[in-house]
Amino acid sequence: MSRRNELIARLGAILPRESLIVDEVARRAYECDAFTMYRALPLVVTLPESVEQVRAIMALAAEMNVKVVPRGAGTSLSGGSMPLEDGILLGMSKFNRILEIDYENRCARVQPGVQNLAISKAVEAQGFYYAPDPSSQIACSIGGNVAENAGGVHCLKYGLTTNNILGLDVVLMGGDLIRLGGKHLDSEGYDLIGLMTGSEGLLGVVTEVTVRLLQRPPVARGLLLGFASVAAGARCVSAIIARGVIPAGLEMMDKATIHAVERFQPCGYPLDAQALVIVELDGTQAEVDHLVGVVQDIAREEGATTIRASTSEAERLQFWAGRKNAFPAVSCIAPDYLCMDGTIPRARLPEALAGMDRLAKEQGLSVANVFHAGDGNLHPLILYDASKEGDVERAEKLGFDILRLCVSLGGVLTGEHGVGVEKRDLMGEMFTEVDLAQQMRLKCAFDPEGRLNPGKVFPTLHRCAELGMMRVSGGKMPFPHLPRF
Amino acid sequence: MQSACATLEIRDEADAVDAICAAKAKGDCCAIVGGGSKSGLGRYAPQAQALSTVALTGVTLYEPNELVLSARAGVPLSEIEALLDQHGQQLAFEPMDYGLLFRAEAGGATIGGAIAVNAAGPRRIKAGAARDHLLGFRCVTGRGEQVKSGGRVMKNVTGYDLSKLVCGSYGTLALLTELTLKVLPKPQTECTLLAIGAHEAESLALLRRATATPCEPSALAMLPAGAAPLALNANAAAIRLEGPAISVTARRDDLVGRLARGGLRFETLDEYDSKTLWRGLRDAAPVAAKVGQVWRMSVAPSEGFAVVERIRRAGAPMLAHFYDWAGGLIWLCLETAPDAYAAVVRSAVDASGGHATLIRASEEVRATVDVFHPQPAALTALTRRVKNSFDPAHILERGRMRAEF
Repeated sequence: MSRRNELIARLGAILPRESLIVDEVARRAYECDAFTMYRALPLVVTLPESVEQVRAIMALAAEMNVKVVPRGAGTSLSGGSMPLEDGILLGMSKFNRILEIDYENRCARVQPGVQNLAISKAVEAQGFYYAPDPSSQIACSIGGNVAENAGGVHCLKYGLTTNNILGLDVVLMGGDLIRLGGKHLDSEGYDLIGLMTGSEGLLGVVTEVTVRLLQRPPVARGLLLGFASVAAGARCVSAIIARGVIPAGLEMMDKATIHAVERFQPCGYPLDAQALVIVELDGTQAEVDHLVGVVQDIAREEGATTIRASTSEAERLQFWAGRKNAFPAVSCIAPDYLCMDGTIPRARLPEALAGMDRLAKEQGLSVANVFHAGDGNLHPLILYDASKEGDVERAEKLGFDILRLCVSLGGVLTGEHGVGVEKRDLMGEMFTEVDLAQQMRLKCAFDPEGRLNPGKVFPTLHRCAELGMMRVSGGKMPFPHLPRF
Repeated sequence: MQSACATLEIRDEADAVDAICAAKAKGDCCAIVGGGSKSGLGRYAPQAQALSTVALTGVTLYEPNELVLSARAGVPLSEIEALLDQHGQQLAFEPMDYGLLFRAEAGGATIGGAIAVNAAGPRRIKAGAARDHLLGFRCVTGRGEQVKSGGRVMKNVTGYDLSKLVCGSYGTLALLTELTLKVLPKPQTECTLLAIGAHEAESLALLRRATATPCEPSALAMLPAGAAPLALNANAAAIRLEGPAISVTARRDDLVGRLARGGLRFETLDEYDSKTLWRGLRDAAPVAAKVGQVWRMSVAPSEGFAVVERIRRAGAPMLAHFYDWAGGLIWLCLETAPDAYAAVVRSAVDASGGHATLIRASEEVRATVDVFHPQPAALTALTRRVKNSFDPAHILERGRMRAEF
């Protein structure tokens, strides 16, 4: 019996027939996530529905020395759940229940396959919501959000996934189940919840998440601000924050995106503007009205060419409609686009955009930009045509160049999409060998044989034993100042 | 420093590398000391020498418009807070000052120490703890290696989020050298609404009701009758509202309307009195002044009262207690005992879920009683592997968190 057949037979003893996908055509559905440039056919797909099944699969994988790739809703933009041809794909889609809503303690216990938006929907009648709202929130799962530390347009004020979860149940490679945190704040001992969040499925498989619920503010109002230059728009964003206002949302888009959006779904964006800033303020009526006045004053001082404040909920939603449709709108002006995800210090935005223009010209491509301006998270959309010879390679090269630019401006490679397979070869741009070795040693602490989602995040794979021996210290000998006889 | 031992001043990362490598060669272990305000915190485990970070001085970056500040680890917290204050900003996690608990006076803490213990204050429920504000750091690990993680931008998922891990690691993983923090605007003003006269459990229920309103309280505490610094003759629920003046007043009025009922009296503390109150509660003033052992417990807010009742019913002699975080944080002072009533306290907490830390007790007691909440075997094993990944020879703060490492 081949090893694959043996594996399938033993998985068959753990899982019911419908939870085990062996057939090649059916496996094809799992060959990539939302980062579609890279694909691989998984060895076998498992869709467990109980924690015991997950533990048994992880124990079997350890015993048979088989790799495992966990997968949520498959919306990763960095290939975080791209399968391995010699690995089990562990789909968590059947973990789709909200287990408990505890209004008194303002939290909910949910299974990892629950959609992000489904949590807010389940509690909205009581006036609550779950704050992180990535653009993919109608599809992405909370387990995937934990793996990637997902953000969204509201994270300047309300934080990322890591700031909004209280507890995690995690199955480690080998099958051990650990409980971290709960309904209380700050887990005991090392903050392993914080470490797990954003670990891209390399450390453990999340089987339950306790999320914080927030009270929805009674009022929210939006402002549309148009500017004659990107620099003026960026200055306005800084001025708002400098004045002590932390908006619930603070977004910016460039001219290319404004025009794409208006063609896709007209929502009254000013076509003469080089940059558009969308501001959302929330809170009590008195506070929001006061802050709308403050922001209008700042916009005037910064020379805004368009200033509109929403006077109804419908108008506020209209302001957002264009931003929310920015990606599909851009896909109508080019056959293909590649969505990048760098972060820069906000004040460097004009430089970043000018640099990006130059880099795009070098490749003969163009870039449309949407920008979570409040927290410096930039999403350049590289427009290309996959049917054109060499365009895919040029787009990829441009993407790498843009991310290097972000790092050189004091930023980072990824703000919210994760490193995955997409950016792993760029990790050396940000980190030294010593930095990376320390991160990989943590991986070893959770998964010494490197069976869980290998090939993601880190450019090179080291055996854990090698990492234990490494004694690099900025290229220096160990103990350089010790006397040696 | 937990007892008299040689202190080595660390002036830069190279010094830290040398000191840690030298200790490793000798098999010695090292304490890491900033201002010394938290030297009584953690298990009592004498170290061969102390590495002092006070010479790691200087704010290295502060861009108010970018909401970011970097400082070396030995910078006094008070210096950072004063600098931020000049620009109308603050560390929103409201780091607690342990000085009041340990030496009857506040002050002396460094930013490195605040991060190392994952400091938090009353605003924890709204703005988070130190872990939620550390964007990046530089350190020297127990391997003697210079490592950095994170960055200076708000959103960053490039590699593992080691910032979370070092917050609350009590120096057991690495000697922090430089921290980069998210800073936030100070609210324009604040006031505190006191709801006086309800039973303890009712007062706590009232706090939870306040959290389920759109009034956005930034802190919610419950002080039993007589508790410092208010020393009222009845129980009080204290609710802090912060923001623009126009909004604070509107929300206070709204809150009174929502919470009012028979037998309850409302009072409002103005900005000055409100600040004084929360500074006291942040630093555990109601239990700090009592002579006894002090416990800090984190539980689900709705369980706070039940946990205290279990401890009371088990006969542990309670001297003072109060609740913060809408009931989720309990500070308790018990009469001194060799076992610090650890079994009573921990079983009371375990019945609800959460953890209890023995904050103040003598060296003898902290050498024998688990200071941090015991963990299940699989988690202890994982914790040890995480420790080993940074510090395989257990050079840094050996025994400070767990007896075994």
